[in-house]
Amino acid sequence: MHAIVCIKQVPDTTDVKVNPETGTLIREGVPSIVNPFDTYAIEEALRLREKFGGKVTVISMGPPQAKEALKEAIAMGADEAILLSDRAFAGSDTWATAYTLANAIRKIGDFDVILCGKQAIDGDTGQVGPGIARQLDIEQLTYVFKIQEIDFQARRVKVERLLEEGREVVETRLPALLTVVKDINQPRYPTIMGIRRATRAEIPVWTAADLPDAKPELLGLKGSPTQVVRVFNPPPRSGQIVMIEGETPQEQAAKLADLLLKEKVI
Amino acid sequence: MALLMIDTETCIGCGACVAACPFGALRMENDKAAVDDKCTACGACLEVCPVEALSLPERGKGEEDIRAYQGVWVWVEQFRGEACSISWEMMGQGRRIADSLGTTLTACVLGHNVEGIAQQAIYYGADRVFLVDDPSLGVYRTAPYAKQLTHLVRQYKPEIFLLGASARGRDLAGAVATEVHTGLTADCTGLDIDPETKLLRQTRPAFGGNIMATIICPNYRPQMATVRHRVFEMPEPDSSRQGQIVKVPPVMTEDQIAAKVVDFIVEEGEVNLADAKIIVSGGRGVRGPEGFKPLRELAEVLGGAVGSSRAAVDAGWIPYAHQVGQTGRTVRPDLYIACGISGAIQHLAGMGTSKIIVAINKDPEAPIFKVANYGIVGDLFQVVPALTEELRKRLRK
Repeated sequence: MHAIVCIKQVPDTTDVKVNPETGTLIREGVPSIVNPFDTYAIEEALRLREKFGGKVTVISMGPPQAKEALKEAIAMGADEAILLSDRAFAGSDTWATAYTLANAIRKIGDFDVILCGKQAIDGDTGQVGPGIARQLDIEQLTYVFKIQEIDFQARRVKVERLLEEGREVVETRLPALLTVVKDINQPRYPTIMGIRRATRAEIPVWTAADLPDAKPELLGLKGSPTQVVRVFNPPPRSGQIVMIEGETPQEQAAKLADLLLKEKVI
Repeated sequence: MALLMIDTETCIGCGACVAACPFGALRMENDKAAVDDKCTACGACLEVCPVEALSLPERGKGEEDIRAYQGVWVWVEQFRGEACSISWEMMGQGRRIADSLGTTLTACVLGHNVEGIAQQAIYYGADRVFLVDDPSLGVYRTAPYAKQLTHLVRQYKPEIFLLGASARGRDLAGAVATEVHTGLTADCTGLDIDPETKLLRQTRPAFGGNIMATIICPNYRPQMATVRHRVFEMPEPDSSRQGQIVKVPPVMTEDQIAAKVVDFIVEEGEVNLADAKIIVSGGRGVRGPEGFKPLRELAEVLGGAVGSSRAAVDAGWIPYAHQVGQTGRTVRPDLYIACGISGAIQHLAGMGTSKIIVAINKDPEAPIFKVANYGIVGDLFQVVPALTEELRKRLRK
């Protein structure tokens, strides 16, 4: 069994604040973390390895400091990690990111399953997973909530996907790319041994030169169809809060009911 | 080395770009703009420069003649033979965009026995409907849907293609945009046409809702976007509208499709949070699984859905499907009643754009009161049942 996990290093967006004077993001001092959804993907891959044996490879595309994210994956128990980092990859949108990761996965070679988080918390697009699956022309299963059955001999996988109306049970062939939601598992903490391994681990860095089949015009900014033209603060919620006072909860409830009927929301 | 080029001869040192940079990568040096390696080549500075001193020369140019692409398309999502409301919301917006471009609106209806939906699409504003009606398309599956839409896009070349940002819509849009090699903007909350360039300006939240970004796709077609639930108003259907239904044969046969949908599990009492007009949500303050009971009763009286904060899900009091927030669902109801929810930023990211927010919390300092329209400081176990009782009377239920 060979599972490849694609992860992203992201700023902890809960710590991202906007400078009220300039309206720009303050990123200084904001810690970088492994995208939380990706930790569920790592955990799921480790569980597959524990059950079936084999290997877990973790890859990431990003600046040199994204090695730290890969080291965290190794500390959790991943066997190998590869960083894709090159000026040629800079400015990638989701199309170019998926193209680059797919080329790296082709170079890694044989795999049975690819796992990704359902989306990254900085961009929130959820597009790179499907992008990789289409680039590799393999089955895609997004928003996976549970792997019900997986059989690496019969090359079949059966999962529950979390949709708006409920959970869909779908079965398909391997290899497949799965993007996972939070509830699929509880990610483990790194062990002391794992942290030691991660500290010593040499993470290979692949550049564009290591991906000879990737067309240079499809990498980075050149290969990115979308362009950001404006960034701004979200409009603040208008109006002041009205605090509803009252002698009893019944009195407060009656006042609130009046207001909600007046707002025409009920 | 950054990809951003600064023409220091042209730069007038106004500093507009420094303020526009979301990443703090620009600064003034000797009265000229200078960039460091925090630059992500996002392009936010280009538009604010009054003298066009900034450029990203490596930006993609595209290959095809984009003028051959005409018309606005909407994918009409269906579940069990019924159109999803998000699709009609997008038909309304698609109609406005098509009118402002002076072009036509096309609906793509895929499913089995869905001719009725094709007819409805015309009532909701479509000039033309591509109807692909086949048993293999009855239940959504990525491969046959993506192949079908890719095929239609290549053949008929739309200028703009909109899909709902539902789980299926995001799954499908990501696949189609990859196949046709074009730009896709996820989860838009604003769409408009630039009056000069006629490009689709796609606005969306990023960084957990901390910033908004406007994105364009100037050199590739179609310009593709997924759009969030309940952002655009539901249009009124007009049954006198006329349109053309074009029947298209499926491009895949059942034996070519690997994926089989074998079951669909709906938990009892589960309501679709994304579509809900009213959500009653509980957090740490509900104190246990039984604490959701008064919330469910209130939701029932209001015809709403029950949501929760991450804290309540992590404590095992309610399934993850109910979680609202950054790692759960993003919702935009008319009314959001937060009961015993402190209002962490991750939660606000998922519900901060609700029309009316009511906060019921013991702690008068809880951050939820900063975003709420109406607040009650009190014990939810007294306030919520009182509210349920009051509303039952008023709504005569």
